[in-house]
Order: sequence, then C-alpha cells, then structure tokens
Amino acid sequence: MQTKRPLRALRTFLRTQDERIVMLLLILFVGILSIAPLARLGYAALIPDGGFDAARILRTLAGGRVIDATLNTIWISVSATALATVIGTAAALLAGLTDMRARTLWVFGFVLPLMIPPQVTALAWLQAFSPASPLLGPLGLSLTPGTRHPLYSAGGIVFLLGLYNAPLVFLSVRASLYRLPAPLIEAARSAGARPLPVTRDIVLPLIRGGIFAGAALAFVSSIGNFGIQAMLGIPARVPTLITLIYRQMNSYGPSALNDMALLALLLAGLTVMGMAVTAWLGKRGDQRVDNSSRPPRLSLGAWRAPVTLLAWGYLALCLILPLTALLGSALVRGYGQPLNAETITFQNFANALFRHEGIRDAFLTSLWLTLAAVAVLIPVSVALGYVLSWRRGWLARGLMLASELAYALPGIIIGVAMILFFLRPLPLIGTGLYGTVWVILAAYLSNFLALTLRPILGGYAQIDRVLDEAAQLTGASLFARLRDIALPGLAPSVMASAVLVFMTAINEIQVSVLLVTSRAQTIGPMIIFLEEAGSSTLAAAVGCLMVALVLILMLASLIFGRRLPPGVLPWRD
Amino acid sequence: MSAIDIACLDKSFGQTQVLHQVALSIGSGEFVSVLGPSGCGKTTLLRCIAGFERIDSGRISVDGHLVSSPDHHLPPEQRGIGVVFQNYALWPHMTVAQNVAYGLKIAGMPRREREARTAHALDLVELGGFAGRRPADLSGGQRQRVALARCLAMESRIVLLDEPLANLDVHLRGALEAEFANFHARSGATMFYITHDQAEALALADRVAVMDHGCIVQFDRPDALFRQPATETVAGFIGEGRVIEAEHIQPIGNGHASASLLGQSVRLRCAPDQRGQRSGKISFHPGDLELLAEDAAPGFDAHVTRATYRGAYLRAELMAGPSGSVPLSLNVAAPASLTPGQRVRVGLRDGWVIPVPAARAQF
Ligand SMILES: Nc1ncnc2c1ncn2[C@@H]1O[C@H](COP(=O)(O)OP(=O)(O)O)[C@@H](O)[C@H]1O
Ligand SMILES: [Mg+2]
Repeated sequence: MQTKRPLRALRTFLRTQDERIVMLLLILFVGILSIAPLARLGYAALIPDGGFDAARILRTLAGGRVIDATLNTIWISVSATALATVIGTAAALLAGLTDMRARTLWVFGFVLPLMIPPQVTALAWLQAFSPASPLLGPLGLSLTPGTRHPLYSAGGIVFLLGLYNAPLVFLSVRASLYRLPAPLIEAARSAGARPLPVTRDIVLPLIRGGIFAGAALAFVSSIGNFGIQAMLGIPARVPTLITLIYRQMNSYGPSALNDMALLALLLAGLTVMGMAVTAWLGKRGDQRVDNSSRPPRLSLGAWRAPVTLLAWGYLALCLILPLTALLGSALVRGYGQPLNAETITFQNFANALFRHEGIRDAFLTSLWLTLAAVAVLIPVSVALGYVLSWRRGWLARGLMLASELAYALPGIIIGVAMILFFLRPLPLIGTGLYGTVWVILAAYLSNFLALTLRPILGGYAQIDRVLDEAAQLTGASLFARLRDIALPGLAPSVMASAVLVFMTAINEIQVSVLLVTSRAQTIGPMIIFLEEAGSSTLAAAVGCLMVALVLILMLASLIFGRRLPPGVLPWRD
Repeated sequence: MSAIDIACLDKSFGQTQVLHQVALSIGSGEFVSVLGPSGCGKTTLLRCIAGFERIDSGRISVDGHLVSSPDHHLPPEQRGIGVVFQNYALWPHMTVAQNVAYGLKIAGMPRREREARTAHALDLVELGGFAGRRPADLSGGQRQRVALARCLAMESRIVLLDEPLANLDVHLRGALEAEFANFHARSGATMFYITHDQAEALALADRVAVMDHGCIVQFDRPDALFRQPATETVAGFIGEGRVIEAEHIQPIGNGHASASLLGQSVRLRCAPDQRGQRSGKISFHPGDLELLAEDAAPGFDAHVTRATYRGAYLRAELMAGPSGSVPLSLNVAAPASLTPGQRVRVGLRDGWVIPVPAARAQF
C-alpha cells in the first residue's frame, strides 16, 4: 500500500499534466538543439571573451578577402536566384497550365535534379566536357587537356546554382497555380484574351506570391549550397563566405572558431535579409484567391510540338548530358580517357562498393545517422505538429520559428554552431562530443526538424480538430489520442516526411562537412575529398551510386505512395 | 436567323453522360432562361456554348457560324460571347475600372474611347464612384454589378449568365433582377440565363428551357410552362404543381376535355390533338382549388392534415379521394381558419391534361 501510492500519484500526475510534459520536452528538444547552439554562435561571434569588441569585428570583416567573399556571395546568389526563378516559373506554367505532351514524365525529370546531391551535380557537370562524356566526347566538344574548364568561374557557379534551384521555384509556383480559380482565366478568355495575354495579365500577377516564395527558397538554397560553391569556387579561386569558412576550418582548425562564427553570422544575416526582401516583394499587392476548380489547360496550338521539343531539350541538357558524363567518367580507368570498348572498366564501381573501406564506413555511418534522425524527428514532429495545429500559443510558434530558422540557415552555420556548442566537455559525461558522430546527429536533428514538420502540419490541416476533442471528452490521454486519432490520419504525411528527410540526409554535405573527422565520416562530403585527392573516376562512381540510390527511392515512393494526398511528393505531378 | 443553334448535343465527363441530345434554337435578342435542379447539367451546357468544353457529338452554331462540333472547336476568345460567372470571377489584382476595361484593352481600343466606355458602363450599373476600388472592397451585390458592367462594356451580342444571383440575399436579388431586365432592354443582346430558381426564370425570360438529368424537357414561354406543362416533371416542378390520375378523358372540342377525377366529372384544358384516353395524368396548382360550401357539387370531400400560415394566405394540405389517400394543396385567403382533422369540400376551377406521347395513346 505504502509503495503503491507514490506510483499512482505519479501516474495521475502524468495523466493530467501530459500536455504540459510534452510541451516541456519539445521546448527542451528545440532549445538544446536549435536555440542554444545558434545563441552560442552569436555569443562567440560578437562577445568572444566576455566583452563586445567592435574593433575586432571591424578588423575581421573589413579584410579584403572577407569583403571579396561577401560581394561574391551576394551577387552569385542573387543572379542564381533570378535564373532559377525564370526557369522554374516557365516550367511551372508549361506543366501546370498548357497542354504540353508527356507532362507527368517531364515533371519527374524536372524535379529529379533537386534530389541529386549538389556536389554530385557539380561533379557531373564538370565531367560533361571530359572525353569520357558519351554525348559531347564523340562530337569532339570535349576540352583539350590544359584548357580551363568554363564552369570553373563565377558564371559557372551562377549557372549551376540557377539550374539546381529551378525546381524549388517550380514547386512553389505550381502550388499557387493549383489554387488559381478557373473562372478568373475563363473570364479573361471570354473577354477575348488569347493564351499569352491571359498568362501575362491574369495568371502571372495572381501567382506572384508563389513566384516570390519560390525565389526566397531558391535564394536560401543558393547562398547555402556548399556542394556547388566548393566544387567550382575553390578551384576557380572565386571565394564565397561558405568556402571561406570551410577553408579557415581546414587551415586553422577550431582555433579560428570565433572568426568563423563571425563569418557565419554574416552569412546568416545575408540569408535572413534575402528572405525578408523576397517576402516583402511577394507581399506587396498580395492576392488572396480562394480555391475552386482547376483551370482548364491553355492550348499551345501550333506551338505544341516545338514547345514540347524545347522542354525535353532542356531536360536532355540539364539531366542527361551531365549524368551520362558522370557515368562515362565512372566507367574509365583514369580521368581524361575517352570511353570505348578498350577503356571501359567496372573497377571504380567495384572499388566504391567493396574495396574502399573509407567509402563503406562513411556510407554505413550516413545510413544509421539518417535512420536515427528519422526515428527521432518523426515522433517529435507529430507532437510538435499537434501543439502547433491544435493548441497554438506564442510558445509553440516560437518553437516553429526556431526550427524554421535552423532549417533555412545554411547548413554550414549549424555546423559552426554545433562545434562551438559541443567543443567544451559536457557537464555529466566529462568529455566533449566534438569529433564524434553524435555531434553530426545533433546537427541533423536541428537542421531537418522543419523539413519533417511541414508535411505533417499539412496532414494535421486535413484532420478535423473535433475528432481530437471528442476523444479528449472520453478521457483519452494525449499519448493515446496521438496514437489512435491523429496518427491514422497522418500516416501518409508521416510517410512522405520520412522519405523527404531520408533522401535529404543520406547524401547531405553542408551540415556535416565541418563536423566530419577521421573518426566520423559521412558519405556526402566523400566526393569532395576524393575529387580533391585526385580520384576523379572513383568520385564519379560514388556519385553514380548516389544518383542510383535517389532514383530507386523516388521510384519506390511513387509505387508505394499511390495513396498519398497530392502534393506531398514533389516529384509526382 | 437564330443567335444560338444547338443540335443533338452530347457531352460526357469520363463515364457519366452529363448532356443528352440537347437541342435549342434561340432567336436573336431573345432572353432565354435555363431552369433545372442543381447538378442537372446547366453549367456544362453554358460552358459548351462559351467554348470552355469540347462536345462529344452534335453541333453548336452562333449567328449561323459553326463554333463547336466533335471535330471543330473555336476557342472561347474568338467567339465574342460574354459570360457572367456565378462567383463573379473579378480579377482581384485589378481595380473595378481595370476589370471592366480589360476586354476593350485586349481588343486594342484606344485609351480615350476605352475610358469613356468603361465610365459609361459603370454609370449604368450605378458604380461610377467605385472605379478605383478593388473587388475585395465591394459587397456581393456590387461585385455582381461590376461583372455585369464588364459584360456591358464589351457590348457582346450574346451574354451567358450562370446563376448570377445565387450567392446574393433575397432583397438584393429583386434589385438585380430589374438590373438584368434593363440590361436586356438596353443592349438588345441575346441572353442565356441559367438559374435553379423558377421565380427568377419565369419573371425574366421570354422563353424558359426546363432541364432535367441532362435533357431539355420543355422549351416554351413562361405562361405555357405554367399552364400547359409537357411532362409530369415540368408540371411538378413549376409553381408547386400537383399531378394526379384521372379517368375517362374525352376531348370535347375547343381545347377542352371532360374527365372523371376522384369520382367526379370535371372540365379540363387539353392539347388540340388530345385523343380519348381511359386514364391519364392531369396537373393543376394550389390556386386552381377553391373551398366550397358543404354540399356544393361538383366537389370533393377532403380532410385537413396540416395548415400553415404564409402571411397573405393560409396553406392547407389536404387528403382527398375515396380512401383519403390523394394529397392536395390549397391556398385560402388570410382571415380563414382551418384546423387539422377538419372536413372540407373543395372544387377544381382549372386543370390541364398532360399530353401522352402519341405511341401510348389509346382508342
Ligand atoms: N469537369 C467535370 N468533370 C467531371 N464531372 C463534371 C465536371 N463538371 C460537371 N460535372 C458533373 O456534371 C454534372 C452536371 O454538372 P453542372 O453542369 O455543373 O450542373 P448544374 O450547373 O446544373 O448544377 C454533375 O453531376 C457534375 O458532377
Ligand atoms: Mg451550375
């Protein structure tokens, strides 16, 4: 009797206070993983030794290299954003509004590059002009040895970043197109407007919010894209803030952390500024349009065949050219060899898959890190989504904002923050986590929370809140309600969420590139290390395997995801 | 020459056929209303005429020119047909004046003329002072007026309207109904007006096409629909009509027939080619019944099942016939009192013999 009472009291406490406990746990999770490291970063950047030293800040930021890198960062990201916005909007209009042929397959091909890790994209484009390229090689368009690669330039970086981020704009614009009421377009047509004026005068102004939202995503993704900026920018000697931070880490190690923190803060400031500007541009004259039936497709008429051809030509250029070149390079013994019956070899694939211990370990590490991140993030997101959707309050919104910030900021900033936060010995364990896989896991949890949260919030929006309230009246605890009421309805969104995080984290480079050490390697940065070490063909083989993995996952999700609500899998039309 | 000519029109969405052999011939300048329950295919018919939907079979001609057939489709922007949409379809990013002027701008009208025409159209719908506002800052009735002005400014010869008053409250409807009538009188345009509200259709239209399950069941003047319904569906749909069985229908010339109704001999109107029938359906409206003195003849005995107060009159639901199983409705002028269970005697002043398709007639 005596021993049972405290237990029962505890159980009663848990039952009645379950919402508070969950909230507390969520605050701890986001607080420790997102807010505290970012706060530590700001602290290290601005008041490293307990005092605010304006002179030091000025000295660091006013250095020629930093100013160079800052200006490069700004104009490269802005130009890349403009390019991505034009391509992405045009593609969304084509796929969402016209009767172009074979749209479904085209959309899959258009969105696919977004799922390929950027460092692989960069590598593939670099190989596109190598003699091993099956498309340009036989045409004699490959570069002769010794000439400078055209992509090793600021323009090359803009070009690749623009192409890489165009699908982000595409997805955002397509979502607004789906919300466009059909009668608005039909009214213009019955007023005598042909498809082109309809697009210019009615459609574009109404989807403007979606275009700028997409531009904001493209900007954030461009400015924080380590893979492309490093693969092209470092050999081309075009410094950007990201590569500057990376090279400082490589040259000085953690001793230069305070300066790196300052640079990271500068990068964060630019990112937030870019987001604010695009948000402002998109908001002016915001058009709220209510949803109704989907607009009818505009007929391309005589242009149908040429436009279809052009659209597929674009895919051939942006997808098939680089990917076949990557495959070509992976199939020859040494970089620069043409691909033919004599030079073809599967040695590189065999090495990548079975012989190279570093690659195998890195892949296994990435795999379990990713699975662990999914396993932790899904329940956390379901709980956080519950609070955000059905409880609200400023505390919940604060948590959401912190997670969004951790996701939007370039991954390398999270990397610097994590090093700073976990460098010192932890109070209970006695040693620091820096240099172990645990700090990478912490960075993943911080960075990808918003990515899991979004589809789940979408799922909650489709469930009627009274279902939960009815269950609450019967006395079901929060845990029981989440399991019995919310989860069955959320299942498709949870699936989509898990697939997205898995695909992003498994090949990810930006977060872990600063955190990997000889003891803890992930597969994402491996390509850069192999390329830097001169093993181009092996790097190409690893890149091919990554693309294959992505393709298999995408196709599997298409086959098994037939019951998913439309829009959760970006590559499905 | 007719403004709109539709012949043998079929339209399906996937497996479901929405329009069946629709045929209509609408004269130039005519105001035609399409009346039917929700989901019967009215909007689909309108979209076929406007050119938003392709048709499966049949043909649509406008002013004598073929615009739609299974292998010919003129795009909507080349048909010169104005459309007023159910939810107004005002472009939210343009001001009221820009909304009205857009079609003129597309047509390449010079600025000065365009502005004058826009201002005139807005004045006609009494929205002259709202030219600079956004549609979001207008009330529902004002938005509908802007949509109307947009059509007015285009001076389209044919205007299609899809339930333009369905989203407005009752007292606004009256005002806008008058607006549509003015619009028609002023412009002389051919109007094709879709509604599910029969009062609207009967009040506005020169002719009404009654639609049911994708078929046109009757296309006639409003008074003809009311007094001479072609089918049981139309009879039951228009003006709370009742359809009941009668025996021994015998034409007696002059468009009349005698028949036996609930055991009483009555005089009814009938079609000129009506033939004798052993039994048939007849229709009448609540206003055609009257309360009689207790033993007046001819008349039917009935008992009251329900009496409801309707303001100007009292509506009584009755059961009549030998076994008290034939339901009737009756309007009684206001200061009357009827109570459920009360026995009354009613007489039939007027009724119509619903014609039977020739193949089914007897004798
Ligand atoms: N685009 C469409 N696709 C499939 N079915 C449709 C479409 N438009 C209308 N329908 C169907 O056709 C029928 C008639 O619709 P509609 O013409 O809108 O009726 P009404 O305007 O008389 O209410 C309805 O059953 C509706 O579900
Ligand atoms: Mg309708």
